[in-house]
Order: sequence, then structure tokens, then C-alpha cells
Amino acid sequence: MKTALYPLAASLTVCSLGFMPVALAAKEKASDQQSIEQTGAPSVPFDEYNAKLLLTNAISAIDGASGGGISNWATIAGRQETRGIGVQAHVTAVLLPDYFYQSHGLAVGIADRVEFSYARQNFDTQDVGAALGIGQGYKLNQDIVGAKVRLVGDVVYGDALVPQVSVGAQYKRSLDGAVASAVGAAHDQGVDFTLSATKLFLSHSILVNTTARLTKANQNGLLGFGSVADDSYELQFEGALAYQFSRRFVVGSEFRSKPDNLGLGEDDWFDLFAAYAPTDNFTLTAAYADLGSIATFTGQRGAFLQAQVAF
Amino acid sequence: MFLTATLPLLLMQQAPAGDIDWDKEFGVEEVERDPVTGEIPVEPYTKSNANAGATPFNSDAMAAHFGGRDGIERIADRFTDLNFADPRIGGIFAGHDEVRFRRTIFEQFCYILNAGCDYTGRDMQSSHAGLGSRKADLNAIVENLQQAMREENVPFAAQNRFLSKLAPMSGDVIER
Repeated sequence: MKTALYPLAASLTVCSLGFMPVALAAKEKASDQQSIEQTGAPSVPFDEYNAKLLLTNAISAIDGASGGGISNWATIAGRQETRGIGVQAHVTAVLLPDYFYQSHGLAVGIADRVEFSYARQNFDTQDVGAALGIGQGYKLNQDIVGAKVRLVGDVVYGDALVPQVSVGAQYKRSLDGAVASAVGAAHDQGVDFTLSATKLFLSHSILVNTTARLTKANQNGLLGFGSVADDSYELQFEGALAYQFSRRFVVGSEFRSKPDNLGLGEDDWFDLFAAYAPTDNFTLTAAYADLGSIATFTGQRGAFLQAQVAF
Repeated sequence: MFLTATLPLLLMQQAPAGDIDWDKEFGVEEVERDPVTGEIPVEPYTKSNANAGATPFNSDAMAAHFGGRDGIERIADRFTDLNFADPRIGGIFAGHDEVRFRRTIFEQFCYILNAGCDYTGRDMQSSHAGLGSRKADLNAIVENLQQAMREENVPFAAQNRFLSKLAPMSGDVIER
């Protein structure tokens, strides 16, 4: 009798165990629906939300870091907040009377705290190349690897008088060391150090950025670093002022001071920019940039265009 | 072998009777909503406009941008609806008394916008304590408020001016 019962019991138990998860699942579903009725929340599976506010990852500066077009900001790249890793990629072109500049790069923002960036700069000398004897359409190239850490503060939240503050370093390596040394540069590589403070003053819809940069770079490093005569670090200033017209549209102006180590009359940079985010992940920037004198060719003013994707 | 021996025991288990009052078994007390206000009563606290966490605007200009008291009420209502229906932050609002939230958030907005209200809710720290809010949750809430203000045609600069009163509260709201 016992032997007869056991197989039956076993099979029944297996059956009931087999059904149990189904039954539990059904029960869970029922309780979900009940709680939905109570709270009114739709039954979308909960995927932890971690996104930044629009445009607070900024655009990509020509050095590859999150910032304005020509200035480094304290912002961290990518659209992820404290519990994720964000990414932004950009392509930039600057159309100048005597040159064509192009760069592209990638920046990763970890937990809105640390940023790693890479940018490749390609600077086409066009006819100037022939005039300077380095060859028609000679391209100066540079790789930049950067790291930035947010120290304190938040660009939007917190005390209005406490900005987001970040420190950064950028290792720049010119791929045209021969040209750099021919114009008198001391090195074909160098490291820039930055300290930035950025805040969106909501009461006036105005964003302010200030950056102090220690650098030896000539024309951002495209003409090498330092000079035989002057090989010391110089403190330079970068500033940005922008007005927020909507969540998706910002207009502003930037300034970046530069040393003149080579004695070629290197000028400070200015721009007027408009940035627009047609979708949450896409930012288009157009600017009028005044880059002054580059390699003795003065009046280099033109259009700066950038497309950026960010996640 | 052990499993085989316990299988009959599993089978012999009886389902509990269906008429057990589990709330009583576990000592859960039923919360009665106030018959007049429809709100769930809260622990007593000192009521003060200082609990609003911000000083009101000085002039009437901001209230006018927000459509006066009626406009502010519509914005607070819409903001409440959006928050309670938002899957991004639904978990935070699920345990909340929607009736009380709707009233206190209107009072807070109305007080800060200088539209002639007093705020009777709790202060920002104790009203957000234990919610485990993160900055991303705050972002979602800001987006909901921006949507509610946009739908009432509040100019963007005025939206930001209002947010400038709320943004400094982040330290009391963000917990992790």
C-alpha cells in the first residue's frame, strides 16, 4: 500500500511544485494590478532612471572634454547621473579663411564624477602649407587624452553661490614634431592642467563658466609646446557666458586666452555660439569663432559646427 | 531520500482557512482618511511658512506669470498627476498620500510665488526623509514640473526663476 502511494504522492508533488511558480506569478501579477489601481502608476517594468537634465552634459570642447566649443567646463560628459556610465561622441569642423580644422572624439562620464576623454585634431593648412614650405594641404594632427574629476557642487542644484568645480589634466601629443620644432617649439607633447567652475544661475537663466589652465601649448598644441626661449607653464583663462532660452536651446559666448611662446603673434580666441538639442541624445552647435592669427596668417574668423550624440 | 520522506508531509499540508483576518493577525491597523479633507492623518508637527524651504518672491510679477492662484493650482494639480503616474519615480510616490501631496505642493508653490497662501506642510528634510531619492529622481521631478508649467504657458525665464527657489532644497531631498 505504502509503495503504491509513494509514486503517486511523488508525481502529485512534482506536479504541484511545477505549478507553484505559475500560481505565484499569477498572484504577483494580481497584486501588481491592485497596487496600480491604488497608485495610478502605469505597469511599465521599472528600469532605474538615471538621466541628466537636458544639455547639462554640455557639448564637446575642441580638446575633447565636456565644455563649450573652445573652453573646458566643470561639467561631466554623458547623460548619466550618479549610477551609470555616460558617453558622448562628437564631430567638429571649423571653417576658416586659410585653414580647415576638423576634430572628433569620445568622452566617458562615470557616475557624474569622473570623465575620460579622447580627441583627434586634424588641421589642414591648405595653401598656407605651401607658403610656409611644409607642403600644399599639409595636415597638422594631434591626439589628446584627458581626465577630469568633479570635486564639489552641482551645475544646477544646491546653493546658487556654490558652483560645480572640477579639476582636469589633458595629455596632448602632436603628431608633427618636425614642424613644431621647425617653428621653435621645445616639445612635441605636453600636459595641460585645468581648474573649472560652472554654474547655471536659474534666477537669470544664465550659465557662467570660468576655467584656469596651466599650459605650454602653442595653438592648442598643434604647433608643439613651449619654445626654446620660453619653456615654462603659463596660467591662462577660459570663460563662457550663456543664456538658456529653453530646455533645448542655449546661446552664449566664450573666451580663451593663449600664450604666445613662439612669438608668432598668437591671439586669444572668442566665439558666439548657439546649441540646440533636437532630441534628448543629440546636440547641434553652430558658432562664429574668431581664432585671430594662426602661424602669422591673421584674421582667422569663421564657422564652428559640431554634432554630438550623448547617452 | 529525505525529500521522498517529506513529500507526504508536503501533500498533507492544509491550506489555511480563507476567513482569517491577516491584518489582525499581524497587528496592522487600518488607517482612516479624514472624512472632511480625505487625507491620512500625520504625526503632529509645528506648522510654519519657514517649512516651505524658500522665501517668497517680493512682487506680484511671478504669480502673474503663473496665471495667478488658479494657474498655480492647475500647475500643482498637473504636477501631482504627472509625478504619481511617472514610472521613473512611481516607486517613491507609491507610498504617498496623493490627496495631502496635492494640497501641500499647491500651498508651497502658492506661498513661494507670493500668491497669497500659507504653507502648512512639513519642512523639506522631514517630508523627504527615508524616500531614498537620488539626483536622477529629482531630475525627473523637475522635468514634470517644467512640463506642467509649459502647459500653462509660463515663460521659460519665469520657470527658471521659480526653479531657482527650489534648486537649493536639493540637499534636503537627495539622500543617495
